[in-house]
Amino acid sequence: MTDMMHAFELIQPQTLDEASDLLKKHKEDAWVIAGGKDSLDWFKDRVKRPEIVLDIAQIKELHGISDQGDHIAIGAMTTLTEIAESALIKEAFPALASAASRIASPQIRNVGTIGGNICQDTRCSYYRDGFPCYRAGGNTCYANTPTAMNREHTLFEAKRCVAVTPSDAAPVLSVLDAEMVIARGGKVRSVKAAEFFVGPEIDIERMTAVERDKGDLLVQIKIPKTWAGSKQYFEKAADRQAWDFALVNVAMAAKVASDGTIEKLQIACGAVQCTPRRLSNVEDLVVGEKPSDDLGVLIERVASQGAKPLNYNHFKIPLMGKLARRAVGSLSA
Amino acid sequence: MSWEVRNATSGGVGMMLPPDPADDYSTEPATREIAGNILGEPESWRLPEMSRRAFLRGVVCSGVVIASSGFLFSSSQAQANPRHSEKLITLNINGKAHRLDVAPNETLAHTIRYKLGLTGTKVGCNRAECGACTVIVDGQTEYSCSTLTMRVQNKQIRTIEGIASASGGLHPVQQGFIDELGPQCGFCTPGQVMSAVALLEKNPNPTVDEVRYALSGNLCRCGAYDHYLKGVMRAVGRA
Ligand SMILES: Cc1cc2nc3c(=O)[nH]c(=O)nc-3n(C[C@H](O)[C@H](O)[C@H](O)COP(=O)(O)OP(=O)(O)OC[C@H]3O[C@@H](n4cnc5c(N)ncnc54)[C@H](O)[C@@H]3O)c2cc1C
Ligand code: SF4
Ligand code: FES
Ligand code: FES
Repeated sequence: MTDMMHAFELIQPQTLDEASDLLKKHKEDAWVIAGGKDSLDWFKDRVKRPEIVLDIAQIKELHGISDQGDHIAIGAMTTLTEIAESALIKEAFPALASAASRIASPQIRNVGTIGGNICQDTRCSYYRDGFPCYRAGGNTCYANTPTAMNREHTLFEAKRCVAVTPSDAAPVLSVLDAEMVIARGGKVRSVKAAEFFVGPEIDIERMTAVERDKGDLLVQIKIPKTWAGSKQYFEKAADRQAWDFALVNVAMAAKVASDGTIEKLQIACGAVQCTPRRLSNVEDLVVGEKPSDDLGVLIERVASQGAKPLNYNHFKIPLMGKLARRAVGSLSA
Repeated sequence: MSWEVRNATSGGVGMMLPPDPADDYSTEPATREIAGNILGEPESWRLPEMSRRAFLRGVVCSGVVIASSGFLFSSSQAQANPRHSEKLITLNINGKAHRLDVAPNETLAHTIRYKLGLTGTKVGCNRAECGACTVIVDGQTEYSCSTLTMRVQNKQIRTIEGIASASGGLHPVQQGFIDELGPQCGFCTPGQVMSAVALLEKNPNPTVDEVRYALSGNLCRCGAYDHYLKGVMRAVGRA
């Protein structure tokens, strides 16, 4: 309700240049709002109180899905429902359509955007509740203490912060070798998924290459057709079928020879690390093999190798194994 | 004693101020109060005894109550910064254009409930997690609690009040919900209706799974999910 959100100025630029100029001028005093489903929660919790809210919905270039020959381009403002229902995406990248259709709830997908989905901050509840933890610029992690509730937190690559990537789309974009196009003060650059998602070892206060304090704006996601029409898989394990974030999700793209041999395969899990985690052990194991029960047993064994569970998230280890096994197993059908 | 009086006059929940120690040193003899009671004076007639300070504080407190509820329900927000203040906009709701003042940080749920009086739309969680506030914007369901009103100016908004026909005839979904005893407490019902109506407008002949998926963004604390599901199937003549 109005009384819960701080007072702010709402600016609705019509063009990308206008938006870039405003971001350049106001830097972190400005907050980009796309679908707003994440942003309004931050404001209502009074944790973030930006002076200016920049509504990017009216910028035409940011909307829509188009076939660009060697890649498919998705505007950052494209809604998750549009992605889930797009014939082009369903045909070329069914794993992305499937992930989009499993995010949050229908009403959130109708407004929530792919840009907002991959730019959203971690869901660590300590951080979201405004605890002064490492990620908030403080000096401790409240999720990694003997009594902390860390069922949702990380298995890998914890560097002080043990938060995980919340996005269901992120692991899919990561196996499809997507590139994110980011504008900063009139210039654009393209960042590969592997560098777009950022862990605490690079910067503990952000999760992506989008740097708010420098006025970055995500413009587009480009997915090369390398994996278009390949065999793909997405599965999400969550407490409820709607709303809940993944406890673990898995995305896979694979090319299989006519005799059933796996020629190329990329697989990643979300919600087990601060960035989508490519399962290189599994990738190395299965290439050149045919899916079988024996292979499945091995996949389960190697999928989560090196995991360092916290107090309450051991369950993610077998979950990762099973999901990876099912993903590869889907190739035999 | 002045403490009690102060609460009685400020008359609001949450208006308790800590007692001012100075008020405890009454200038009057302590016996007056007892005397007052012996004379059978009703409690409320103690007002003249209240110190001037307590009286003033009472007035200030009730002033605060009025100001903040005014803010909540009519949002006549006096803002220091003019860029934060309300602007006159047009909203298209249920086929009617409304001209009204809206603040940048105002949600659509707030506007339709407290400014337009369309209280059929409910607010449950106020953070996109329950669906009670579901409205249809340009044919798609949306959580009005998590939508800024300023952002839906040029769109067609429909609320539960716009679902029945002008003559009062129920929408088949509403009739289906009644026939299948959908609502228990009824709090989630407007939202469930909106989700079902939006689905049927896109897909007039859905499967059970499609209905379940379309209603999956609407929580029902009474757990009447199957009733709502059957209600929709009945509405499309397949129950
Ligand atoms: C109840 C609930 C449940 C959810 N469940 C899931 C789930 O299961 N799986 C999942 O993946 N997600 C889930 N989400 C997250 C949801 O998908 C995101 O909130 C939504 O996709 C964000 O999109 P948005 O457009 O609404 O983002 P916004 O709120 O508008 O933006 C989110 C963040 O990204 C930034 N941002 C947005 N667009 C850009 C841009 N173009 N350039 C730079 N920065 C940008 C904003 O500044 C903000 O910090 C859930 C959210 C809610 C509220
Ligand atoms: S996990 Fe990260 S975000 Fe959560 S409390 Fe620890 S440092 Fe903060
Ligand atoms: S009140 Fe809007 S979703 Fe709960
Ligand atoms: S009928 Fe009570 S919440 Fe659904």
